[in-house]
Amino acid sequence: MMAMPTPHPQMIEKLRRQANEIRRRNVRMIYEAGMGHIGGDLSATDILTTLYFDVLRVNPSDPNDPNRDRFIMSKGHCSGALYTTLAYAGFFPVEELDTYMQPLSRLNGHPDRTKVPGVETNTGPLGHGLPVAVGTAIGGTLDKAAWRVFVLTGDGELQEGSNWEAAMTAGHRGLDNLTLIIDRNRLQQGAATAATVRLDPLADKWRAFGWAVEEVEGHDYGALLDVFGRLPLEGGKPTCIIAHTHKGKGVSFMENQVGWHHRVPSEHELAQALAELETAL
Amino acid sequence: MSTLFDCRNAFSETLVALGEADERIVVVNNDSVGSSKTEAFRDRYPDRLINVGIAEQNLVGVGAGLANAGKIPFVCSASCFLTGRALEQIKADVAYSNANVKLVGVSSGMAYGPLGPTHHSIEDFAWTRAIANMTVVAPADPVETAQAVQAAANMTGPVFLRLSRMGVPALYDDNYRFAFGKASMLRDGSDVTLIANGVMVTRALEAAALLATQGIEARVLNMATVRPIDRDAVEAAARETGAIVTAEEHTTFGGLGSAIAEVVVQTVPVPMRILGVPGVFAPTGDPEWLLQHFGLTAEGIQDAAVEIKKPVLR
Repeated sequence: MMAMPTPHPQMIEKLRRQANEIRRRNVRMIYEAGMGHIGGDLSATDILTTLYFDVLRVNPSDPNDPNRDRFIMSKGHCSGALYTTLAYAGFFPVEELDTYMQPLSRLNGHPDRTKVPGVETNTGPLGHGLPVAVGTAIGGTLDKAAWRVFVLTGDGELQEGSNWEAAMTAGHRGLDNLTLIIDRNRLQQGAATAATVRLDPLADKWRAFGWAVEEVEGHDYGALLDVFGRLPLEGGKPTCIIAHTHKGKGVSFMENQVGWHHRVPSEHELAQALAELETAL
Repeated sequence: MSTLFDCRNAFSETLVALGEADERIVVVNNDSVGSSKTEAFRDRYPDRLINVGIAEQNLVGVGAGLANAGKIPFVCSASCFLTGRALEQIKADVAYSNANVKLVGVSSGMAYGPLGPTHHSIEDFAWTRAIANMTVVAPADPVETAQAVQAAANMTGPVFLRLSRMGVPALYDDNYRFAFGKASMLRDGSDVTLIANGVMVTRALEAAALLATQGIEARVLNMATVRPIDRDAVEAAARETGAIVTAEEHTTFGGLGSAIAEVVVQTVPVPMRILGVPGVFAPTGDPEWLLQHFGLTAEGIQDAAVEIKKPVLR
């Protein structure tokens, strides 16, 4: 097998700085809105940043280009991370993030494709993204299209049976234009996934359903760029990337704390969070 | 006895013709190729028939995804499973997302007869018409079915087509022009209006003939589109005939009769009778027997019309 080129250190540094900016804006946005899902936003930030600032072939000035790559945000409650990333990627003005969840804002708590450029399907109820992604990928194969489909799910979300219906279809049809990324932060709203309904052995489950699986550190831009650069992992199989992440990543007192699923920081906590993120920069 | 037609055949033929004219037309099934009569489409365009297996949530999600890829998917399943099992996908992935998906609920109502209430789909009008951005249609005969399928393909946005498998006589010829949200007047009258759709339309027409022998002139409206309801036709019926009887192969909770009552009580309040399955699970019986059991017959409609007109006749 040919050795893959190491991702460029400058790209990694660019992603690191961009993700840090997105995190700071995201945390502030949730503080201002008084609502949001901060823990899951922060666990997904590095994945979203890597996708939108290097991997996805999307054009913010033509968000419905038929030949675009499709990114589907199945964990729709983490709209904070999605909106912030889309805004910094140029899909709509960053200033609009000030309206998050305010009356008549198009930035609803869960994304609405009919209003927000760059959103592919409306999610919020869990277990909806993967079936839609599978259908989109089937559509791409019918046209022998070059564009690809990416979908990000949470890990707790995999308790929804609809995912496994879609997993079977994708495996059966060998959809190698489809990449699922699982934000494996090991926490769901009420407790650890392992304490709620165990998901492990997670990689084996996907392999058994006919997927090519790789596990990566979900906050390591080099590792993410490397795996995204090798898609599909196997010809004739859909790809599942299990991205090991930390809920609340980047803010010490939020990290791996189940209580920060949708808690809103106080003024003092916001200041501390921003200070930590700025120091990390 | 006139010849009876299974509207699924008109659906099947129209789908093949649409598929010929437009490569974007695809069919999505849940192991329902036979029951939705999509074999002809599959044989003609094998790549464009996507069978996701027995998985209704995935069925509708895949349909929404295909629409995202630029396809025009006809998602075909027994109506009971399509609407009951995948209602949240219908709401979020299709209606709220404004995905260009055509949902086709086949063997709706009590067409599965003795298979029992699990397989009856007598809640689908209520469920689907409660969802914003949905168009809900139950055609009454083969010509209307073919035109409704064509119209669904031509319009951009979600549609729920409710097809029966019970035989119905031909009501329309090729001069008929179906339009979403427009009632079709099959008979005019000034004493009472009978409003029905799907398999009940022919029974309403028969009821009107029976009523005529009693000196009651009934208007008959085929209200194929349940959402958006034809408010003008309903208001005119109330104003001009003063009484309305509705008949549907559906529960009386939230279906066609409810949709019409919502208009009547807010425009020209007149007496109404809403015929359907009165909020119960049906007993065992074949489809025709069940319709009779619930009074969903020409005589049942006639009786309701006579009863509603009683104060006038006295």
